Amino acid sequence: MSNPRLRTLTAPLIDENPITLQILGICSALAVTTSLATALTMSLALIAVLAGSSTAISLIRHHLPASIRLVVQITIIASLVIVADQFLRAFAFEMSQRLSIFVGLIVTNCVVLGRAESFALRNPVGASLLDAIGNGLGYSLILMLVALIREPLGSGSLFGWQVLPLASEGGWFQPLGFMLLAPSAFVLIGLLIWIIRSLRPEQVEADDYPILSSDSGEAGR
Amino acid sequence: MIEIFVHSVFQDNLALTFFLGICTFLAVSKRVDTALGLGLAMIVVQTLTVPINHLIFQGLLIEGAWAWAGLPEADLSFLKLMSFIGVIAAVVQILEMVLDRFVPALARSLGIYLPLITVNCAILGGSLFMVERRYSLPESLVWGLGSGTGWALAILTFAAIRERLRYADAPEGLRGLGLAFITTGLIAMAFGGFALVELP
Repeated sequence: MSNPRLRTLTAPLIDENPITLQILGICSALAVTTSLATALTMSLALIAVLAGSSTAISLIRHHLPASIRLVVQITIIASLVIVADQFLRAFAFEMSQRLSIFVGLIVTNCVVLGRAESFALRNPVGASLLDAIGNGLGYSLILMLVALIREPLGSGSLFGWQVLPLASEGGWFQPLGFMLLAPSAFVLIGLLIWIIRSLRPEQVEADDYPILSSDSGEAGR
Repeated sequence: MIEIFVHSVFQDNLALTFFLGICTFLAVSKRVDTALGLGLAMIVVQTLTVPINHLIFQGLLIEGAWAWAGLPEADLSFLKLMSFIGVIAAVVQILEMVLDRFVPALARSLGIYLPLITVNCAILGGSLFMVERRYSLPESLVWGLGSGTGWALAILTFAAIRERLRYADAPEGLRGLGLAFITTGLIAMAFGGFALVELP
């Protein structure tokens, strides 16, 4: 495994994370993070769809006229998502009920189309597959991290196993209902971005209106 | 009916409760006027596509829809994803042409946002929720209108706050995206407050 290939795989984990830096695919991501099991299922489904679509699109990239490429890409992605959805329905029906419409929404997940457009169309199959898996893992990493905070604090469990005894069942842990509500996910992702950007200062966005120090005030910029 | 409308605007707000269309939500909310354009386009497209998708789903895809053709067991509901996306893309395209022909001024101001909406998960999500909750045709019309309005309201609020946020002296790592997320969380909490309002 040569170095640039490894780089393709590992860069999307933190340095170019699809969620925290590229702002892709947040749409269907956050709603499934109230429990680890749904987050894991969603991640696996996304990795499978992403790997499949990137490979397929990379395979046909030389035969794809630019004018209809979006239609072809969406058709490929939609077919793969239908397969994933039917697969979940057949083998994990209860889980597919809990994920509700969010597996279907992988179709419009910007990560999938974004990677197809920006990477798979221009790169050979092997690299595209690695890039897809890398981005899928980067996406899963954030999903799992958020779920890892929300599930124990919100319902005192991990993967459905009760790890903190609930006050309502004679234990001591008073669950934080807020963690199960939507706003907590937004706040948690915001804080995660803060942590990542503190560790990787090159990701910090430029300040639109920097505060000038008093001595440089009249000189302007 | 009124209940579905109010619920879809506040309690079941697509952007703030189900995180749908958040990519566009964060990307196109730096200014209030662009947010307003996108919000309007969203209301129009959502109000059109949800009832159309309802008709297509009930008429062509649901189990037993082909009974008149001698195929009572045909269940094409797995094709709903593909057909919904097709319908959305077609509606957006037709809307663009109709607006261009009859109201060119509106077409110019909404023009750039319409293509963006084709890949917006809020539109597809709205249709998928319509199927999952088994709304009837009038109900799906109200749900489309309400959820579009809710989304528009959310992005408008957010853009108005964000215009001010640019002047804030935020910690470096939090600047931009991080702060945007936390603000969205706070707006979502505020909208959650409406969930407690009892309807007469």
